[in-house]
Amino acid sequence: MSKQGKEKKKVDSNRKLLSLNLTDKLSGPISSVVAILTGLLIGLVILLIANPSNALSGFSWILTGALSSPQDMGNIFYYATPIILTGLSVAFAFKTSLFNIGASGQFILGAYGAVLVGVKLTSLGSVHWIAALIVSALFGAIWALIPGLLKAYRNVNEVISSIMFNYIGMYLVNYLVRETVYHQLTNRSLPVAQTANLPTLGLDRLFPGSKISAGILIAFAVGVLLYIVLNKTVFGYELKACGYNRHASRYAGINEKKCIVLSMVIAGALAGLGGGLLYLAGTGKYIYVQDVLAPEGFAGISVALLGMSHPIGVLFAGLFIGYITVGGSYMQLSGFKPEIIDIITAAIIYFAAFSLLFRSMLERLRFKKEAEHR
Amino acid sequence: MNTLFFLIQQTMFFTIPLLIVAIGGMYSERSGVVNIALEGIMIMGGFCSILFIKMMENNLSGQVLLILAILIAMISGALFSLLHAYASINLKADQTISGTALNMLAPALAVFLARMIQPEGVQQIQFKNTFRIESVPVLGDIPIIGDMFFKNTYLTTYLGILILIVATVVLYRTRFGLRLRACGEHPQAVDSVGVSVYKIRYAGVIISGALAGLGGLIFVVTTSTNFNATVAGYGFLALAVLIFGQWKPLYIAGAALFFGFMKTISATYSSIPFLFQIPITGYFYKMVPYVATLIVLIFGSKRSQAPRAAGVPYDQGSR
Repeated sequence: MSKQGKEKKKVDSNRKLLSLNLTDKLSGPISSVVAILTGLLIGLVILLIANPSNALSGFSWILTGALSSPQDMGNIFYYATPIILTGLSVAFAFKTSLFNIGASGQFILGAYGAVLVGVKLTSLGSVHWIAALIVSALFGAIWALIPGLLKAYRNVNEVISSIMFNYIGMYLVNYLVRETVYHQLTNRSLPVAQTANLPTLGLDRLFPGSKISAGILIAFAVGVLLYIVLNKTVFGYELKACGYNRHASRYAGINEKKCIVLSMVIAGALAGLGGGLLYLAGTGKYIYVQDVLAPEGFAGISVALLGMSHPIGVLFAGLFIGYITVGGSYMQLSGFKPEIIDIITAAIIYFAAFSLLFRSMLERLRFKKEAEHR
Repeated sequence: MNTLFFLIQQTMFFTIPLLIVAIGGMYSERSGVVNIALEGIMIMGGFCSILFIKMMENNLSGQVLLILAILIAMISGALFSLLHAYASINLKADQTISGTALNMLAPALAVFLARMIQPEGVQQIQFKNTFRIESVPVLGDIPIIGDMFFKNTYLTTYLGILILIVATVVLYRTRFGLRLRACGEHPQAVDSVGVSVYKIRYAGVIISGALAGLGGLIFVVTTSTNFNATVAGYGFLALAVLIFGQWKPLYIAGAALFFGFMKTISATYSSIPFLFQIPITGYFYKMVPYVATLIVLIFGSKRSQAPRAAGVPYDQGSR
């Protein structure tokens, strides 16, 4: 082979490797997209079985209902805000290979903290909402601290302990609401002061009639901040190292107990902040005294999984779930129940669990290509 | 004395579904598949069987209907658990994620179907409870013991005890039990002697699905007369019972009994004169079972002996 031919082949191979590298990086998002498409397909099949004649119109509501009006578009962000935060919470704990199924309890504790400050500390003026948000994060952090300590020092499975904390938190908040900020007639918390509501920063003029607030901007900012912490700081590196291999990281001089506790505390603060952002959104949301776990915590698990536990991925996943939730609210018009959205979400998560399979398929493809190339 | 009988009867109502579901979880986890989906499977089993009861209650009633419903619950639970088995065994998916997906899917499906099937889109399924046994013939007449265990009871209570005995025998006295345990500890060894790890794990998950489905039915039938797409976190509590019970049948029974008693206190404190007089708000009694579980886990987890291979997908290539 001539020298020129060799050179050409080398350039060729470089280009190929570059493209392969790209597919490798994209395999995460690609498998999420595949999971979404498969989940939507399942939803369509269920609609077809339930009512064939209305299935297509119902399905098109899911896909495009959220674009019907500026109000709907604004509401996407409203629905996305709390689940982005709980999603970030679950995703952050995942990085230390902790499964924070307790986001629900942390969320409602945070919501209570925000409402408490919002109702009681009315003399704070313009920093009222900031104080309320800080307290919400603090309450969430405290609620996650205990499972974190138990995991680190007593080897208590964090999944079980945080499930227990979900229930304890629910009953505790029911009790606390009744004792401190209760409106007897409606069996719910008192309305927060106007100063405690999040500013809208003109977003409400961009999406008139919608429930949008500055919460979504805070959610985005937190997502970017977490990305920086996880990928650009020593602390983030240590957390991830603990997640990959506890024993190896201890050998490398990382305090793995501290990592576990801090990871849970930060996750709890995020979920708690999510509660604060939802209940201070100025949309007439109250904490009802009822024995129901906050669904936003569990939605956070979906969002985290769909976002591949990547902070930026979680932002998109949260927006996507918000998008189909708004669309799903139109399903009644086609005679379907909005719960179909929950089914689709669950199906998407089920298929997201296969991402490992999907990645290994891509990998196999790559090996094959490389082998052919040689 | 009547209070005591009442307490024991109530404790059985809460204990039996926990026991059955935790034993189910034991089959799965002992085979090496973590089954966090117990909650969802309970809901699915409860939904299918309660719907069946609702549809048949004009033609059938009493124990015949209950036995048929039990079969429906077990079959639907087993079928639903296949989703988890396929994901975690064949596709080597993350077992926690797949389980979480099932936990989310089950209530959504139950609510959606109930609202599509029932007139006026009602979410709750109301049914008539014709299954309670006032007093078991002969045995119910024994003084004291008869009052404690054979009055105001359900057929399912005895089924639960039978399941416990069978589980103990199967796990420790049969070839299948040995293989099941080996799959959870060292699947490579099982494979090396020519036994299919996949088959054993499938068996483990399917049995756990059948038992969890059954537990869902029992929970609903013994505690209410309508089904609202929830089993109140019982699947998760069963997981805690499983861990507290160290993945061993008799320990699990003890843990379930402990938890059932705590649950009884929290549910019936107002009818226990002694507890009602203590000035503690009802919310704290509701927390009792969960707090008690936590405390128990704090002292029990340090020496926890989970099956070593639980949660790890089996890959023949890594033998």
